[in-house]
Amino acid sequence: MEQIINWLANILSNASWWGLPVEPAASVIVWAVYGFILALVVAPMAMIVLTWLERKIIARIQDRIGPNRAGPFGIMQAMADAIKMLTKEDITPLGADRIPFNIGPGLAAVASILIFAVLPVAPGLIGTDLSIGIFYVVAVGAFSILGILMSGWSSNNKYALLGAFRAVSQLVSYEVPMVIALITVAVVAGSMSTLTITENQTLASGGWYIFAMPLTFLIFFLASVAEVGRSPFDLLEADSEIVAGFHVEYSGLKFGLFMISEYVHALAVAALSATLFLGGWNGPGVAQAVAASPFWGGVLGFVYYLLKMGIFIFIMMWFRGTLPRFRIDQLLDFGWKLLTPLSLVNLLVMAFIVRLFQPGNVSMGAEIPAGPLASWGGIGQTITMLVASVLLVFLTTLVVRAFARRSRARGFRAIAAIEN
Amino acid sequence: MTAIEIPALNFAALLPLFIVVGTGLLVVVLDLFIADKKSLGWLSLFGVILAAIVGNMQQGGAGFDPAFQNVSLLDGYANFFNIIFLSTAALSILVALGYLGRVGLHRGEYYALLLFATSGMMAMGMATDLMVVFIGLETMSIALYVMSALNRHSRPSGEAGIKYFLMGSFASAFLLYGMALTYGATGSTNFSDIGSVLTAGTVAPMAMLGLGLLLVGFAFKVAAVPFQWWTPDVYHGAPTAVTTFMSVGAKAAGFATLMRLLMVSFPAFAVDWQLAIAVLAVLTMTLGNVAALAQKDVKRMLAYSSIAHAGYILVGVAAATTEGIKSVLFYLLIYAFMNIGAFAVVGVLEQKEAIGTKLTEYAGLARKNPWLAMVMALFLFSLTGFPPLAGFWGKLYIFRAAVNADLTWLAVVAVINSGVAAFYYLSVIVQMYMKPAADDAPEILPSTPATRIALAVAGLAVVLIGILPASLVDMVAKGVFG
Amino acid sequence: MEIYLFFLFGGIAVVGALAMVFNKNAVHSALFLLLTLVMIAGLYVLLNAQFIAVAQIMVYAGAIVVLILFVVMLLGAELGESIPRWLTLRNSVMVLLALVFLTVSGTAVYDWLYSTQPITGTVTDEVIARQGSVQLVGESLFTQFLLPFELASILLLVGIIGVVVLGGWRLVQHRQRGE
Repeated sequence: MEQIINWLANILSNASWWGLPVEPAASVIVWAVYGFILALVVAPMAMIVLTWLERKIIARIQDRIGPNRAGPFGIMQAMADAIKMLTKEDITPLGADRIPFNIGPGLAAVASILIFAVLPVAPGLIGTDLSIGIFYVVAVGAFSILGILMSGWSSNNKYALLGAFRAVSQLVSYEVPMVIALITVAVVAGSMSTLTITENQTLASGGWYIFAMPLTFLIFFLASVAEVGRSPFDLLEADSEIVAGFHVEYSGLKFGLFMISEYVHALAVAALSATLFLGGWNGPGVAQAVAASPFWGGVLGFVYYLLKMGIFIFIMMWFRGTLPRFRIDQLLDFGWKLLTPLSLVNLLVMAFIVRLFQPGNVSMGAEIPAGPLASWGGIGQTITMLVASVLLVFLTTLVVRAFARRSRARGFRAIAAIEN
Repeated sequence: MTAIEIPALNFAALLPLFIVVGTGLLVVVLDLFIADKKSLGWLSLFGVILAAIVGNMQQGGAGFDPAFQNVSLLDGYANFFNIIFLSTAALSILVALGYLGRVGLHRGEYYALLLFATSGMMAMGMATDLMVVFIGLETMSIALYVMSALNRHSRPSGEAGIKYFLMGSFASAFLLYGMALTYGATGSTNFSDIGSVLTAGTVAPMAMLGLGLLLVGFAFKVAAVPFQWWTPDVYHGAPTAVTTFMSVGAKAAGFATLMRLLMVSFPAFAVDWQLAIAVLAVLTMTLGNVAALAQKDVKRMLAYSSIAHAGYILVGVAAATTEGIKSVLFYLLIYAFMNIGAFAVVGVLEQKEAIGTKLTEYAGLARKNPWLAMVMALFLFSLTGFPPLAGFWGKLYIFRAAVNADLTWLAVVAVINSGVAAFYYLSVIVQMYMKPAADDAPEILPSTPATRIALAVAGLAVVLIGILPASLVDMVAKGVFG
Repeated sequence: MEIYLFFLFGGIAVVGALAMVFNKNAVHSALFLLLTLVMIAGLYVLLNAQFIAVAQIMVYAGAIVVLILFVVMLLGAELGESIPRWLTLRNSVMVLLALVFLTVSGTAVYDWLYSTQPITGTVTDEVIARQGSVQLVGESLFTQFLLPFELASILLLVGIIGVVVLGGWRLVQHRQRGE
């Protein structure tokens, strides 16, 4: 039974942080309920704040002011929108398949919220530290595809169905490079636990992974943005082509759930990127602060974490403000023909470097010899990986350029053939 | 970070398997660059022959230790089955070289799939662990599903593919359930460990149930009645080159695993499974032969005949003695040559769109193409069991094994069945030699050298084994395990 | 508590499986299949096999059921042929046989559980806590079951080639015509 408490109930609770003197059994339930309510409250709040932020940022990019009437900086505009969404009529189309139609949005929203269960947001504050943390993230993310597919189909609308098809082909394709990038991180960190990965990114053990593995980060981030379905990968909504895609028939609160799903998922991707590549809550002074006072050290770590998340959130909004949308065939080509092979090569190279730097140890009665470069330490490993990544990027550019030239030449020849 | 120590591996014991797989991979890659698909066929043939030579050179050498943590074993038994699989593959490649080009299906992937299917069969023959059995079986089956549906424009071929796929998946589910129950009852997937647990302990009904489900699964794979429904449609619908390969290879692989599993893991239940197999054998022989009598299409008739032959082989399995194993090995090798030969002739006579496989279209073949008619007659006589051809000795050993194992009634049923079978085999010969050709009969397209080699090899084997069975008996004697 | 969870997950799995079989709408069937598989993942968690549980969810929810749904929706095959009558002789015989099989297998498993000593493996809670379930799975894949693991790669390759052979037919024809 312990493992169930640890694994399911403990997901949203951890009493050790404030050092509260509570019975273990009671703490599990109390904190589970607290965590549950917290997640349910934070998710819509995050959505509201992020929509406002997005409108402001995109307005600036497009040389506008953005919402500015309701409240200071127009911040109440988002609240007003939320109230509008809540009070709108909840429509279920006549031809819709009611049960999947109603489950779909909830599934999508829950899938996004569940990702946060394994993210260490501050020293000592984590839903639950699973030994299979990042694997769990991928598995839970799968449910959002399902939610989209269910709602797209059950709406009984051709645009919705088209959106659902696009969603599936896109999400399934981009899951592959994303998972391989995650595996690369797991190989370098030697663990799939998000907590261990965060703790491994101290300066002593080689610093943040973004310095060691910029290419892995790039693959992961692009694939994740595609996974969320945000611009420039927003083909599943593509309002200029298929109206609004899978959620065209939704209104009121259920539409709101899709908005929550999208923004919370974006937030989760930002948080995951911060955890895996920017060292999570690591930062100057955190260790000392935690040693002095766990609470204030936690707050400091949390602030660092929020800042790092903010960077990625901003980048995603920046994408949306600047980049045009992909075409579906370009999108799939990019995923399968560039990101997937590149991520595989990258995994091989990184795994090889990790072996070179592996310290010798004895495990399960077998002596594992140290890698030839083990004496260089974590910094050496980081530098080697950085160099390897840059080389890989350079080679990829060469290959892609050669392909582009050839296809362009083929195009010219075809045109010439037509003209003759 | 914990590290894993990879144990010492005996790669040499699996060398033939690796050669076949490696050739397959090479074919996949070369297929991208080579437009002449025939050369890929010859390359595959080379790989198969190389694997056979290497496997034989290893005999008596250091290859006999259990390899890879005791999950596979290249003993004499496995090696003999490797010879069966590899000769099947080699002859099928030769048949395909002639056939595929003629019906417009020549694709490089065909040879790769054939080689991978062969590697799956070899893994099954060498397996001493249920895990390897299942993976090998699926590798073989999936390749065969695709090969059956190779001719996507023809409805029968598509039907064959989907039918084989659905039925095969169903059978795999039974097999897997049986494996799971067996593992649950004994705590091991290793053949000999299962055997020792079952012999030592009380008879667990769960293990018995596992055995029953395993039997159902294998009965599906070897097309034994009452699990044969897919066979005629699949063998008839699939391109003839594919039928040639799978009617022998898949069957032999199923028997290879089945016999080792029954003899090594389930000797504790010998009484039960012996009876079950005997009943299966009777049903399979009888239904196969009776249904074949009614067929108007030679390819379909041969499909039913191959069901009947599975029945004869089951008689040998039911004997459950060393002699029984020997007779099955002996029979399977002979069956490989004569069945491939017969299907190869069908392939030569077949035009596009399944024209040329009807019984009446064989009329007057002796006049039009005496050589072809002669080899066909040879294979059919051998399938009937006429002395002094190879098929006769095969049947004789099987029946003798059954009699010596106190299964005289089973042997009697088998003999009666052989008599029935003579009717439909001979009716083809009657058509070829005694009926004039119809006026509008299509021209027989000339066979390619590859097909001629295949026919010559198979025909020589049938005759030589018939005249000199003793040499093969010696070889078979080495192919018995334990 | 554990036993209640077992019956909760197991019960929902069985109900989901039945609903999958008897549902006339293929999409609903696929969704019930997913429900069953997720509940089975719950059973894996009860057995301490967290890695297998998450892999199950990832593979089925993330790929297989999604692809099944995709194909069903793409072909518009949600509503298959309607079955005029359920209560035919053939169906009753099949149900009867299924019940017989269920009884036999149920009795056999029950008998094994309560009469003979169950065989316990070496992987206990304590070992999992010490080594982690991922490490244990990886270790047995790379030691005891290395050969099946490697052969599985051939199996997957065969699957991929098969798809290309059957699906890439048009492309090949184009190429043969020199386009």
